[in-house]
Amino acid sequence: MIPLLKKILRTGVITEPAVEVDIGPRQEIERLNDELLRILGRALTIREVDAGSCNGCELEIHALNNAYYNLEGRGIKFVASPRHADMLLVTGPVTKNMENALRIAYDCTPDPKLVVAVGDCGCGCGEVGQLFGENYATCGPVDNVVAVDVRVPGCPPTPLALMQGILAAVRRA
Amino acid sequence: MLFYAEPIEFTPQAGCGAPVWLGQIAEGEDLLRFAIAVHGAGGRIAALWGEDRRREAERFRLNCVFGINQGHVWVALDLPAQGDACPSYPDLSGIFPAASRMQRATRDLVGIASDGGDQRPWLRHGGWPADWFPLRHDSVHEVGVGVGFPNLPSDYDFVQVGGEGAHEIPVGPIHAGIIEPGHFRFSVVGERVLRLEERLGYQHKGVERRLAGADFATGTRLIGRVSGDATCAYAWAYAMALEAACGVAPPPRALVLRAFMLERERIANHLGDLGALGNDAAFAFGLTQFMRLKEDWLRLNAELFGHRFMMDRIVPGGVAGDLDPTALRRVVEQCEAIGREVKALRALYDEHSGLQDRFLTTGAITAELARELSMTGMAARATGLILGGRCYRQGYTPPPPYDRLGVRPATDERGDVAARVAVRFDEIFESLRLLKEMAVAMPEGDVRVEIAPVPGATGLGVVEGWRGEVIVGARIGPDGRLARVHPHDPSWQAWLALEHAVMNDIVPDFPLINKSFNLSYSGVDL
Ligand code: SF4
Repeated sequence: MIPLLKKILRTGVITEPAVEVDIGPRQEIERLNDELLRILGRALTIREVDAGSCNGCELEIHALNNAYYNLEGRGIKFVASPRHADMLLVTGPVTKNMENALRIAYDCTPDPKLVVAVGDCGCGCGEVGQLFGENYATCGPVDNVVAVDVRVPGCPPTPLALMQGILAAVRRA
Repeated sequence: MLFYAEPIEFTPQAGCGAPVWLGQIAEGEDLLRFAIAVHGAGGRIAALWGEDRRREAERFRLNCVFGINQGHVWVALDLPAQGDACPSYPDLSGIFPAASRMQRATRDLVGIASDGGDQRPWLRHGGWPADWFPLRHDSVHEVGVGVGFPNLPSDYDFVQVGGEGAHEIPVGPIHAGIIEPGHFRFSVVGERVLRLEERLGYQHKGVERRLAGADFATGTRLIGRVSGDATCAYAWAYAMALEAACGVAPPPRALVLRAFMLERERIANHLGDLGALGNDAAFAFGLTQFMRLKEDWLRLNAELFGHRFMMDRIVPGGVAGDLDPTALRRVVEQCEAIGREVKALRALYDEHSGLQDRFLTTGAITAELARELSMTGMAARATGLILGGRCYRQGYTPPPPYDRLGVRPATDERGDVAARVAVRFDEIFESLRLLKEMAVAMPEGDVRVEIAPVPGATGLGVVEGWRGEVIVGARIGPDGRLARVHPHDPSWQAWLALEHAVMNDIVPDFPLINKSFNLSYSGVDL
């Protein structure tokens, strides 16, 4: 137990604070978080739906919860059921085999709901967006299947871009 | 050259890639006999895919890659085309159970079928008709939502478990966490799992169809996105296959840089998994610590390679980008720092009784099972099998640059979650050592050479990625574009092991066991 506590104390709080300058994305993360909290003033719950990604986008969505970005520490939480969610975060070119599941998840999300399409695949933009395109097995970008509020391009989008996208969606609402 | 005295003449593949021998046969009977001989010698089925070659030769082709002690043998069986019918070949699943799903996928995509074994569709859920095969070159279809084939809901014939108190728990395709989709059907009595049957294919997005007809550069982008967490392994295997086909040797510096990226990819994934495994056993501290280290690791990737996961950096002919001495020094420094931290965290993991209580004996598989299922990689080594494409063994020399690095295989005989945790720790330390070693002895010279397509040529690339053996088979068409490329993920085999690993454990242990394998969905759904 003692080594454990020592490690925790020694690691300290690494969530990127605003005061320090010149350390890459730190200020931006803090600013985004403040803004999110100001706008929401409460928690936001997100259901992530992988509708056909290569799992690269998922790696970055996972990173949102590391201590640097600390999304959950700021009241934004990934939930297990679409019924508990305010927002769907959808990745991948939507495969035919996931089309129905995505529609069901969308229908289960209570109104008013937000949908954020993640990645070049999910947005259908850039060179990567054309890679899979639409074919016998895929329906193409997310908005071919469900209505999308905000797109976060990138392959995969960085955690910072994801935070900006989530914020943009909330602002629009 | 012959193997196991079977009458198939093999020729070694040229070039500096992994050791591969190619053989051509005409009779299904020969394939069957060869497969039995491989199995008898302790070998495994490494990959299986089909090919429509009616344009060139009025034939379909079945490609089987077997893993043997010396390396890999690639056997091609030609099947005469009979109009639109589905030609058949001998069922291999009785010899290698892992062949079953590959055979089913091959039938769904190419329309050549095994003459026995499981005939349920695998990748085809309801998105296209049973008599339409996407990888036949004359298969046309309309695209778009609402046009083309209707997307029908499909029924799947799960194996049912009877008996008093037995019931089913269906899970998925959308899982509770941030994870890829797939369906798990548990048959349970009380909390105890009697049987797990997986149904995958939800990520099937037509990768192989997109690869057919693509140029090398588009192929590089596609192959790097078969399974994003193993992008370097795929890119290298693809480059290796094309370089073997076109008779090009990448410069020594490029090979070391590739290994550099592959080891960085291995460490990144292991760090993330160790954190997630702690978390799944209610030790959130572990997740926080390891995700912090992983983020540091990825940030340096972004600085050095311009991409956090190093996508599209390994290309046919070499690598895109180079590292200067300052960058190499920073890598060495980072390795020192991360090594210290991981060592301290390992001590904490090892001494945490609650954690060990969840890890030990949970999700155990035996070495015998791992061999029967043709497994490779980290999870196979965690049963005690000394199996790894980067390490020397009697009769096998790893491809450069690993032939000069002397990689020590990490193994553990327990076969449970604890063993898979231990192997990950050991592999992190070994990869850190390799990174430091490569950084101080980086060969000078170019990092990329021109590669011109050789029409009609074929090649096979094998790379030991962080999960296990990643294989890419490629054939170049008469127009110099890719005619057929097949990527194979080690998860094909390991998914079967997961079904066995959960048996007799309880349902709440499943997330932990699943995470301890951390298999790719996208990599097998294609
Ligand atoms: S955008 Fe890139 S990382 Fe995301 S799913 Fe598509 S290929 Fe993978």
